[in-house]
This record gives sequence, C-alpha cells and structure tokens, in this order.
Amino acid sequence: MFAYTIKRLLIAVPTILMLVVACFFLMHAAPGGPFTSERPLPPAVLANIEARYGLDQPLWKQLWDYLTNIVLYFDFGPSFKFKDRDVNDVIAQGFPISLTYGFLSFLVATIVGLSLGIAAAIRHNTWIDYLAVGLGIAAQALPNFVMGPILILVFTLWLGWLPGGGWNGGQWPYLIMPVIALSTSYMGSIARLTRSSMLEVLNSNFIRTARAKGLSDRSIIWRHALKPTLMPVVTYLGPVFVYVLTGSVFVDIYFSTGGLGQAYVGSALSRDYAILLGVTILYGALTVAVSLIIDLAYAWLDPKIRY
Amino acid sequence: MFVLALMLLFVLFGPSIAKWSNEEIDWAALGDIQHLGVPSVESGHYFGTDELGRDLYARTIQATGTSLLVGLIGAAMALLVGTTWGVIAGFVGGRVDNLMMRIVDVLLAIPNVLVIILILVVVGRSFIALFIALGAVSWLSMARIVRAQTLTLKNREFIEAARAGGVSEIMIIWRHILPNLMGVVIVYASLLVPEMIFAESFISFLGLGISEPYTSLGALIAEGARTMGYGTLWQIAFPLFFYVTIIITMFYIGDGLRDALDPKDR
Amino acid sequence: MSLLSVKHLSVTFDTPDGDVNAVESISFDVLPGECLGIVGESGSGKSQTFMAAMGLLTGNGHASGSVQLNGREILNLPAKQLNLIRGDDIGMIFQDPLTALTPHLKIGQQMAEVLNVHRHMTGAQAQALCLNWLERVRIPDAKSRLTQYPHELSGGMRQRVMIAMAMLCEPKLLIADEPTTALDVTVQADVLDLIAALQQEQNMAVVLITHDMGVVARMCDRVQVMRNGAFVESGLVEDIFANPGHDYTKRLLDAMPRIDTDSSRVLDANANVILDAIDVKVHFPINISGGLFGRKIPLRAVDGVSFKLHEGETLGIVGESGCGKSTLARSVLRLIEPTDGVVSWLGTDLTALDKRTMIQARKDLQIVFQDPFASLDPRMTIADSIAEPLRTFRSDMSNRERRDAVKDMMQHVGLEPTMINRYPHELSGGQNQRVGIARAMINRPKLIICDEAVSALDVSIQAQIIALLKELQAEFGTALLFISHDLSVVREISDRIMVVYLGRVVELAEAGELCTSPKHPYTQALISAVPIPDPIVERSRKRIKLTGDLASPLDPTAALRFLPSKLAAGELDYNPKLLETTPGHFVAEHD
Repeated sequence: MFAYTIKRLLIAVPTILMLVVACFFLMHAAPGGPFTSERPLPPAVLANIEARYGLDQPLWKQLWDYLTNIVLYFDFGPSFKFKDRDVNDVIAQGFPISLTYGFLSFLVATIVGLSLGIAAAIRHNTWIDYLAVGLGIAAQALPNFVMGPILILVFTLWLGWLPGGGWNGGQWPYLIMPVIALSTSYMGSIARLTRSSMLEVLNSNFIRTARAKGLSDRSIIWRHALKPTLMPVVTYLGPVFVYVLTGSVFVDIYFSTGGLGQAYVGSALSRDYAILLGVTILYGALTVAVSLIIDLAYAWLDPKIRY
Repeated sequence: MFVLALMLLFVLFGPSIAKWSNEEIDWAALGDIQHLGVPSVESGHYFGTDELGRDLYARTIQATGTSLLVGLIGAAMALLVGTTWGVIAGFVGGRVDNLMMRIVDVLLAIPNVLVIILILVVVGRSFIALFIALGAVSWLSMARIVRAQTLTLKNREFIEAARAGGVSEIMIIWRHILPNLMGVVIVYASLLVPEMIFAESFISFLGLGISEPYTSLGALIAEGARTMGYGTLWQIAFPLFFYVTIIITMFYIGDGLRDALDPKDR
Repeated sequence: MSLLSVKHLSVTFDTPDGDVNAVESISFDVLPGECLGIVGESGSGKSQTFMAAMGLLTGNGHASGSVQLNGREILNLPAKQLNLIRGDDIGMIFQDPLTALTPHLKIGQQMAEVLNVHRHMTGAQAQALCLNWLERVRIPDAKSRLTQYPHELSGGMRQRVMIAMAMLCEPKLLIADEPTTALDVTVQADVLDLIAALQQEQNMAVVLITHDMGVVARMCDRVQVMRNGAFVESGLVEDIFANPGHDYTKRLLDAMPRIDTDSSRVLDANANVILDAIDVKVHFPINISGGLFGRKIPLRAVDGVSFKLHEGETLGIVGESGCGKSTLARSVLRLIEPTDGVVSWLGTDLTALDKRTMIQARKDLQIVFQDPFASLDPRMTIADSIAEPLRTFRSDMSNRERRDAVKDMMQHVGLEPTMINRYPHELSGGQNQRVGIARAMINRPKLIICDEAVSALDVSIQAQIIALLKELQAEFGTALLFISHDLSVVREISDRIMVVYLGRVVELAEAGELCTSPKHPYTQALISAVPIPDPIVERSRKRIKLTGDLASPLDPTAALRFLPSKLAAGELDYNPKLLETTPGHFVAEHD
C-alpha cells in the first residue's frame, strides 16, 4: 500500500507539471496582454511595466522562473491588475471559504445520496423506492445555478428565513443555501448510482450464499453488500469533486461569499492571467490529489487490488 | 423523445407566431416592466418582456436553440474525436496507448468548465470559440470510455475468430470493433448532451459565455435571477422551465437508450 | 420417516414475457443419511426446486406446494424463521466457488459468522472450530487460510472452504448444487470423495444436483431424473443405469461419452504429416509486485512442445486448466506469437511468414472456440459470420454465390437455411456452435483446431456436435486438433491423445492405448479421476491420487514435479525428455 502511494505520487507530479506548462503556453498564446486596455499606454511606460513583471524576458525564461517560484517558494507571482496584491494573497483570502462549503457540499451530497440510494435498493419496488428514484431524477436536473435562485426566492424573498448572501465568518445560516444549491444535483446522481449498484450486488452469488447461511438481512446488507456497492460510487466521487469545485465559482458569485470564484471570474473578465493561471493550477492539483485519494479508497474496498 | 420533438418544433416554428423579434425593444413596456411587461396574449409578449423591454418569448426560442445546438455540437465532437482517439489507443496498445492516454489524463485534470473559460478568455467570446471550447473538453472522457471498451472487445473470441479467418487488422476495427462500440458510444453521447448544455449555461450564467445579442438559457436564467427581487418572476420562470425540461428529457433518452441497447445476451 | 419431504412443489417466475413455470408440481423425499442425485440438463429446474425450498428464489419467483423438514412445514416461511434453519439444519454449496464467497471478507470472518448466528459463538472459540473444519476438509496450511481472501485461493480450495462453511453446524442435510462443475477432474474427484466421507462420518443426507451422470454413478444411492420442471424417472442408481425406463434417461446415458469404450477407427498408415510443431515455446512476461517498480518473470505457458499431425487425423490434447493447451493451439495459428520453436505447415515454417503470406496461409487453418456466444460477433447475422472467411479468401465470388455457399454449408452443419438472417442471441448454444463450425469449414480447410469446442454445451448437444465433427471430417478429410479438459470426450473423437501438464507433454499415444495402459503417473491420476457413468464399474475402480495442489507454472522447478530424483540431485535446470517406450507411445521421464 505504501509503495503504491509513493508510485502514484511519482505519477502525479509530472502530471501537474505538464498541466502548468500547458496552461502557461495557452495564456501566452492569447492575443493582447493584460495591459492592452482601451486607453493605450505610452510605449515607454508599457516597456517599463513589462520589465517589472518579467514579460520582456524570452518565453522559456519566464516559464522557468514561474516554475521555480512555484516549486521552491509556492509563489504564483504577482497579480497583473492589483498592484499591491499577489496571487498568493488572493488565494489565501478566498480559498478557505470555497473549501469550507465545498467540503460540506461534498459531504452532504455523498451522505444523503448514499442513504437515499441504499434505502431505495433495500425497499426495491415499494413506494420508498419510487419516491427516491423520483427525487433523484428531479434533483439531478437542478444544477447549482438553478437551485440558487429558487432557494433565494423561497427562503429569502418569500419566507425571509435566511440571509440572501454574504459569508459572515461562515455562520451556519449563511452556509445552508450555498451548500444545498451546490449539492442537490450530485446528491441525485449519487443516489441513482448507489441504487442500481446495490441492486446488482444484491443479485450476486455471494449474497445468495450469505442468505443460505441464515444471516439476517441487516448483516447481509451491512457486512456483505455495502462494500461492493460502494465501488462504482467511489469512482464517481472524483467527478463529483470536480463539479463541486467548479460549482463553487457560481456559489461564490451568486451568494457573494467572497470565495475564490469571485476573483476567478473577475480575472477572467479583466484578463488578469496571473490569477487565472494560479487558480487553474491550484484546482488542477487538487483534482489530481483527490483522484489519488479515491484510488487509495478503492484499494481499501477491493482486496483484490494489491500493489 | 416526444418532449424533445416539441422543443425542436418550438425552436423551428415558434418564431412564426411571435409578434416581436428578439432584439426589438418594446419602448411602451420599458417604462413599467413590472406591470406592462407581464406575460399576456394581447400585448404579444406571450412570456412577458425582460427588463430592457425585449420580448422574452422570442429570446427564449433563441436561447433554447443555442442550448440544443451546443449540446449537439459537443456530443458530435465527442463522437468523432473521442471515438477515433479511444479506438486507436485501445487497439494499438503499448506505448502509443500510454502516450495518448497520458495526454487525456492531463487535460482531464483541469475541471472542464475552467478549461472552457480559459479558452474563451484566450480566443475571445464568440460562437465559434464556444464550440471550439466545448469540443476541446467533451471528447476526453469519451476517449477513455471507448478505449476501455475497445480493450475488452479486443480480447473477445470473435475478434480472434475474425483474425483466424484472415481478416486484416483495419477491417477488424471497421467491421467488428466499431459496430460493437456503437451502443456504448451513442448512450454516452446522449448523456453528454445535457452535460454540455449545463456547462454552457453555467458559463453564460457567470457572464463569460456568448455575448449579446446572442443569448442562451443560462444567460436568461442569470438575468431572471437578478431581477426576481422586483417581482418579475416570469423572467426566470420560463427559461428555467425550458432548461429543466430539456435536461430531464435528455436524461430519460440516455437511460432509455442504455436499456434498449444493453445486450442482455452479452 | 423422511428428513425432507416435498409435495406438489411448483415454482413460477414473473417475466416480461409472462409467467414461466420452472418447476411443476413435483414430489419427492430425502431419507436421513442417503445421497439423492437430481440429474437434468440446463434449464430443467433442478436448482430452482431447492432454491424454492430454502426461500432463496429471486424477487420475481413464487413457490407453492409443501416442503416439510422433519415434519415441519418450511416453504414460504418468513425470513426470520427460515434463517434459523438455513446454515444450521440445512447447509448449501454452490457451483461457482469464486463468486459464491464474499470477495472483501476474510475466510475466517465469513465462517465465524455462521457460528455467531446459529451457535452464538464468537472470538477464539469460533476461530478454533473454523480451523478444525478447514483441517477436516483437508485444506493444506489451514491456519493461514483463515486470514486470506477468497481470491487468494485456488478453485478447489474455495470449494473446500464452502463445504467447511456449510458443515460448521453439522447439518442434517447438505444441498450441493453442481459442486464440482467448475473444477478440474482431479480436483473434482477429491471434492466428491470429501463429500462422500463427510456424509459417512456425520450420517448426513446429501442432495447432489448435477448434469453429470458420471458423478451420479460415483456418489448417489437414489436418483431423480428431471426435465422441463418435472421428474421423468426415479429409482435406485443401479436400476436406472442398468435399465433406464424413460426415453430421455436412455438418451442422456447414451450421450455420455465414456472413457472405457473404444471408438477408434483405422487410419491410413502412410498419411502425410501436414503439421509439424518442433519445440514450441510461449512465455509471457508477468509482473510480480514487490519493491517500488516490481519485476517481470516469464510465465512458461507452453514450454517446449513437439508433435506431428497427419492428414485427416484427429489429435486430442488433454490437460487441466492453466496447462497451456489453449495457448498452444493459438500459437500454432500465430494468434499468439510463439516465443521460440518452429511450426511447419506442409513444409513451410509458419513462424517465419510475414503478415500478408500468413493471412493467405490461414485459409487452410481454422479454429472453433469454446464459448459459442463469445466467438460470434453479436452485431452480425450468422450468415455474415459464416461468410466472413469467404469474403477474405474468395473475393472472386459474387454476393449470390457467396450466399449459396453459406446456405449449402448451413445444411451441412444441420442448420435450417431459413435462419440465415438470425443473430447469435436468437439461437441456442448448440446452434451457435454449429455456426462456428460452419464458419471454420466454409473454405474446406485442411486443419481445424477445436478449442474446448463442446465444453460449454449440455451432454446431449455435446454428443450431436461430436457426431457432426466426425461426419464432416469423414466427408472433407480435415485433420483435427481437438483440445479439451474432458478425457472421455477426447477419447471419443481422437485417434491419438497428447497429455499436457504445465506447458509440457507428459504422454502421447494412440487413444485406446493411452486410456487403457497409461504410463505416466499424471496420466494415470487423470484417467482414474474421470467418472464413468456406470455405478458398478465406477465404484469398483481404484483412485490414483497425486498429492498436493497443482504446481504453479511460474515455479521454475515445476517441470521436475514427477522427477524428484533430479530435484534432489540439485539439477534444477534439467528438462525431462520424452521417450518412446513402445512404437508410437511417448512418455516423459518420471521416477
């Protein structure tokens, strides 16, 4: 297991490096730099600014500096737009917020989705099953940017129970709607996936053996059926994580949480490549890390995978 | 399927019963959207107007069209590029496979939507750019699925039988691998459609998608969400209804196809 | 007083096509301590009968009638009460021991569960009893097995674990559903012996569900023959085998190939050698885990095999699973590239041909596979599949001519030409295998390799396919390489038989001679393990046993298993030679 973890890490590192390089070149291939604005700057000033950000250096030198800064100092460089802040500041400010409710949404989607799916499978072809399937499909068709306005409409405008946005240090009334908006859709897909996976497992030979041994239904489901059921679900958690990550961009903006998404979209609109690049790489690295964790979880579920 | 056909009819023939075009501004209604912009048959604004006095009915038609087109293009790109890439990687195997799949892995490491935003920022926000961006990400997971499927097919006995029958490798791909892949590919492509529509709508919602005068369901929902505080609920209700209907329909079609094509006989 | 008494039991399944009656009003009794055989072909309802009795039907199945255990009604009891009986009074073992054990639980955990439920035993006490039973089912190294996962054990060992698990509460009745079908013959013999011994020891009743008349002859006191959900005949084993009353029983018995009957034919002694394989080797590099990057060692799937095949002759290749017989067949056709050696076809070396000339050579070299469904493209009509070799090699033919040729061939293999546009899933297994044979035969090849071509089929279909192959061979003069794990089938069809063990030939002789006077200890063990469908002959035979499980082909000293003297002398690289003891009878060196 330990050797496998190391091996996977060794693969992950070049993947992230390639990612950085690819993003870097894509950015620099873009027509018009961050300092081409409506009011053209005098050439001397422009040259001056470019020198300050190292933009006058040859491309490979810029790439090398960028890479070494990230690797050695974990420094993504200065922002092009905000003179007094660099990318690290922006990330340090927004990321914890995005991470907090992102993680909560991930948990809610997984736990509620799993319970719903398992309940439906155990009570196959009863009203619980039909209800769960109906809920699952409906939830799946309600992505964050649909759920967001609906929630605000109901709970803020009509009922007036919950604040319509803001962060306020992460107090729970401010967390509820972002988390629900972000998790609903994936909760639906996890529920449906869990249900079909468990139904398949319950039809397999070893469940028949367990029944022939005289085990109770409860022990059959929790001891014998649960782990194999989780296997396809765990593989799906990788994509769910990615969706939650991107969905957080919406939540940040719509609920004005002050998370990373606001900075991200702002920089996309104003072509602040440094922030864009930094956030993209951060999210890419997170994705790689999560897929590593998921592979390890998979190994725990399936004893056949030995490394 | 039936609902989807209705949607198509709506996009194709809806404009002929519209009294307003999507860009025209109803100056009379502009002054008091909240009362004069309400959906009504008399004023000709069947779905009401948006906050600029533009006819929401016409704009919804346009937006639905955009969304459907986006879904189709994304799926079509996946079908072409993804299948080719996956079949080659899976069938040839070895180093070629390793290299091709590593490329896919790296590209998949960045969340889809971020890639699309990145490309849109770099290339500029236009229809063409949007399609390029969607195409650039949609084929990745398709390539993975096709490769995995090809790998299992490759080791099936009927491929060996064909080889023993003297069929050349290219003909084996063409005559035996591709037809047997079709089921999975079609099912997956149909599931890609809602995913693409979602991605586009999401980006449009953020204001990073295609720009005016074009519009899409995501952009309309965003506008509606912004203004619903003023009591103009119809501005969000109609686009939302269309969006959810399309997505649910596509889910059902995808699931239906999967059940229909799932070879119970192996 | 009977132990289990079944009266008018019926089982129906709701399917999308309406209700299907799997079992129709059957009645029988199981007496204490006896072994009752339930025989029938696939789909006869023999398994469902007992699934229903135990309340293990799938959700869409319904059972009616009466099942009494010791006079107490148990049919359709609620699960809570049934759970007290299952695993306690009645133990069950199933066909496929790999999928029948929970993959993520250790053997010890799965076994202890039973004791926990029925005897309220936990911890060390339960572990001790589990260990005791694992030893009683003669699993080598029993203690360490308790902490292993099912996939770490061989098929035979898994089935022993299943038996040990079923025996934990010393049931009065053991239901064994095809317990040995997925196992090799030698392992099958061991497992059957084990069940018989336990039955004696515990004075337990056994219900043995099987399709194999040979197994019935060896094990059972009484037998019930089942077909289409009903019994056609029942009685004492000796009576049924001696005077089968019903036509179906007769046909079933006739269809069983027997290793002790001679079906040889006279061959032209001067026939030309068409295929000459010399020292063929196929090694696969296998990744071994350990360390950061692992390492690769060769798996010697085929390790130096030589044989000759004459025109129109049938050479049978026999061996247990994993012995490399299928790899050998594929390497002859270069579907797998041989690592070393020469395959000479009509004087030209196939291994030296380039791609294009190899394709031309394939015209005369065809193969029929084991699984008739997997070997046909599910998206092609059977006519297209049959015509495929024609499209490659006879591009001069028009579509019409090709169609006629296909129809003609279909008639030869006993398929209605009207089925020309059907797809594989619309046909039965036997029909699909005929399609496979038609495809192989359509270019009138000089050699057909049959790789387990009848193993997946029911006995009666198996007999038909063998008859078909013989007919076609007589008509077209094709040579056959007939590969199978089933020595009785191979004897039925082959002129000469080659026995393969771990990638090497251990014995090669004329079919009758090999079966009546085997020289190599492995061949002797193999032959004595094959059950003969005749209770009197079967029970008077003496078993020759090999000790231990099958050695791994990864073990470099595996070749010396029957030559321990060389092993003792430290000559680890020694290659046992094939010696011609009498004319035409080759035996590998052994102690």
